[in-house]
Amino acid sequence: MKTRRDFIKISALGLGGVAAVAGMSKMMTGQKVVDEFLKLSQEGKSFLKRYPTYCEVCFWKCAGWTYVDDAGKIVKIIGNDDDPHCNGRLCPRGTGGIGMYYDEDRLKKPLIRVEGSEGQTFKEASWDEALDYVAKKMKEIAQKHGPESIALFNHGSPGHHFGHLLKAFGSSNIVAPSYAQCRGPREVGFEMTFGVGVGAPEPTDIRDTRCLVLIGSHIGENMHNGQVQEMSDAIDRGATIITVDPRFSTAASKSKFWLPIKPATDMALLLAWMHVLIYENLYDRDYISKYADGFDELKEHVRPFTPEWAYGITTLSPDLIRQTAREMAAASPSVIIHPGRHVTWYGDDSQRSRAIAILNALLGSWGRRGGFYFKRAQNVPEYPTEEYPKPAWSWKDTHNGKYPLARLSVANLLIDATIPSPDNTHEIYGWIVAGTNLPLTMPDKQKLKKAFEALELLVVVDTMPMEITGYADVVLPESTYLERYDDLRNETHREAFVALRAPAVEPMYESKPAWWIARELGIKLGLGRYFPWKDYSEVLDWQLKQIGSSLEEMMEIGVKKFPNPAPLYIEDGHEPTFPTPTGKIELYSHELEHYGFDPLPVYTAHPEPPEGFYRLIYGRAPMHTFSRTANNPNLVDLMKENALWVNPRVASLWNLKNGQYVKLKNQDGVETRFATKVRITERIRWDSVYIVHGFGHHEKGLTRAYGRGASDSELITNVQIDPLMGGTGMRGNFVTFVIDNIKTEVES
Amino acid sequence: MRYAMAIDTRKCVGCSDCVVACQVENNVPIGYCRDWVVESTSGTYPVLQTEIRSERCNHCDNSPCVRCCPTGASHFEQGGIVTVTHHKCIGCGACIQSCPYDARYSHPDGYVDKCTFCLHRVVEGLKPACVSVCPTKCMYFGDLEDPNSDVSVAIRHRNYKTLAPEAGTKPQIFYLL
Ligand code: SF4
Ligand code: SF4
Ligand code: SF4
Repeated sequence: MKTRRDFIKISALGLGGVAAVAGMSKMMTGQKVVDEFLKLSQEGKSFLKRYPTYCEVCFWKCAGWTYVDDAGKIVKIIGNDDDPHCNGRLCPRGTGGIGMYYDEDRLKKPLIRVEGSEGQTFKEASWDEALDYVAKKMKEIAQKHGPESIALFNHGSPGHHFGHLLKAFGSSNIVAPSYAQCRGPREVGFEMTFGVGVGAPEPTDIRDTRCLVLIGSHIGENMHNGQVQEMSDAIDRGATIITVDPRFSTAASKSKFWLPIKPATDMALLLAWMHVLIYENLYDRDYISKYADGFDELKEHVRPFTPEWAYGITTLSPDLIRQTAREMAAASPSVIIHPGRHVTWYGDDSQRSRAIAILNALLGSWGRRGGFYFKRAQNVPEYPTEEYPKPAWSWKDTHNGKYPLARLSVANLLIDATIPSPDNTHEIYGWIVAGTNLPLTMPDKQKLKKAFEALELLVVVDTMPMEITGYADVVLPESTYLERYDDLRNETHREAFVALRAPAVEPMYESKPAWWIARELGIKLGLGRYFPWKDYSEVLDWQLKQIGSSLEEMMEIGVKKFPNPAPLYIEDGHEPTFPTPTGKIELYSHELEHYGFDPLPVYTAHPEPPEGFYRLIYGRAPMHTFSRTANNPNLVDLMKENALWVNPRVASLWNLKNGQYVKLKNQDGVETRFATKVRITERIRWDSVYIVHGFGHHEKGLTRAYGRGASDSELITNVQIDPLMGGTGMRGNFVTFVIDNIKTEVES
Repeated sequence: MRYAMAIDTRKCVGCSDCVVACQVENNVPIGYCRDWVVESTSGTYPVLQTEIRSERCNHCDNSPCVRCCPTGASHFEQGGIVTVTHHKCIGCGACIQSCPYDARYSHPDGYVDKCTFCLHRVVEGLKPACVSVCPTKCMYFGDLEDPNSDVSVAIRHRNYKTLAPEAGTKPQIFYLL
């Protein structure tokens, strides 16, 4: 029998328990501590110990040090000077990461959904009981439907531990919304052109660029640390910044050229830029003739796409289009048309990313100093365990032959595979969700609700009572990154580096590190042989010794650089290879042609807002990461709710006042649960409104975030699926204002 | 010796890292701050200008706050740094009224608090917490009397302004334009 899954509010449980460690704010605010700190540091007595970590507040993963005083309390987190992701400077979220640890709303004990006299509720459980329950259910589901029918939704560090468990269990259905809800299309667009995707951190050589072009990418509000730092360096060096955005973003305000484009018309601009570069002979001829294929087809294709043609679509003056194209060409090859990060906009996003890739190729910037560098990374061997069983099917099989270019699993399609339908050839019955708050992450809430109702098992692993926990059968409290080991960070960069995350303190409450939870669950599932160690430090030490370091050494230094002689740029002697069908940069894509897609990017007009509606644009604030940080006491102090940016002309039409609270209603009649504050500003076009993503939490257990601001994702009911890879285009939603009966204060 | 700061408005992105780093470093209670970020926009779409800057006490040369303090709690430290001796402060708030920059706040423990230029760090040769954390490296701190200090170098070839110079307080934070 499938039970209806009621949303259970964690706060209703009166969960509590006193924090194992007394709240820090009290102890920290006293004058005594201030004086003591001053005195001690003035006497030169350092009483702080430091432990290496890398940040988990976003996924830039800056390495730093957690400082702990002699009472065992975390006092601050400071960047590691040797780390190229942060150069010793964490961003506000990383600095405020301390609040993630001290947040008294954290999940404290395992919870199991039970049917009581007053309906469904959670009961507190021991770890043993909770994991027994999960293991039993997983075995039942595997018996009925095969182990493949359990999927893992994840984001961030816990993913690797649970991914290992799931693969050992026999499923490869492992998915992160960061692909199909975020950067997937650009990976496809670049792969179809250069044979490889962009990856993260992006190998954009902003540090040395002479011209940085941002298209809807708002570095500075999007706080990916290394990029923000390098953009600042670029400003110092007088590099040209060109920003294309319907909003006068922070980056736009730092730019030599701001192109206030009409939303949804970026493709027309990109094609017009190609036209100018080619027909004014400004492209990198040598580079193109040496490395590229399909130039003649491209030249013919873009012939009609003059700046005058684009003017009628984008509202950008032909002069401005020409001038900016010339500016890029003058900087070539030290020029970056930034691939962006959150690029799931209109459903033709892979093709728009292709256009960006082609422009970079025309400018010769791929593999060039000040363009895109060739990445280096230190390979870290996996700890040896038995080989994983081979699953009978995988996420690819759920696509029924569609979306052939999806290289990673697509979250929305795995949700579809969970909703009972005669179209489903392969079905999902159980989810483990680790570190991703799907209700505020995924568009199309109705689908998500249907999936929740159909699921036989939903296990949620998180540090906070995020909305997703309300739908869970079992909630498992994970320790924060400051209290646990995780995998070594060995991301790509200009140099090869490895960074260690080690616990600075014991886990608070009854929370446990993901590695521990995965291992215990593995043992209960009879998969103990995949976890032939007791503590994750053994795995890390083994891995580090394979690459000539050790846990002991890394505890001292946190970050280690490994020599890697591979050249970074073509001009340093790197002979590039392009793993495309032709072995060249494919201006004309044979693979796309093979699958029946446009081999050269084409402009398609997207729907425009109906009268009285405005395009909903959403983005980032530098103090918050998605919906993850909305309850962090330190970060809430910097920004506690989102505001709705409205152009003064629109405001006067609707008689809106600055600071007034309004709700938003979209084209399908869906209204936001909570109201948001109007911010009247010239910085937004009159055909659009803007809010920062990640607010409008409705889980009362998030006492600081509850009811603060509006959730953009509630309004995203119109989803345009990218036919190449299944991504969810989310910028085709239009909203209007609901002004009456709005409470200005959130009930507390 | 004259400590001062220069802040490059062309680079500051308003991320507020300087604010949270200060709060954590100086145990500023949540809900209060010693530094803050201001954004001002002028013009009409699409001809716009936005200036973003991080503000704090200007450590004025001619400080009304020090002059009006009845107990001597507000005083000059080495290098012209204006600080408040917490245990001498009676919380009367005269200084808060006198400051043209709203740079002081009443601490819940009953005294007035403000930016100290992180004196406890400066005496150890470190930079203020905000300066050392700023991801855009847009803040420069040092001794104006030392021509090679970060702040002297930063203002040498750039136009800059101070806030509300008409107040006559001789502020020592320079905003690079
Ligand atoms: S960019 Fe900020 S939040 Fe992201 S990892 Fe770095 S310090 Fe943490
Ligand atoms: S940390 Fe730097 S960039 Fe961020 S707001 Fe402060 S001064 Fe500006
Ligand atoms: S800014 Fe205000 S508090 Fe600071 S020295 Fe000047 S008058 Fe005093």
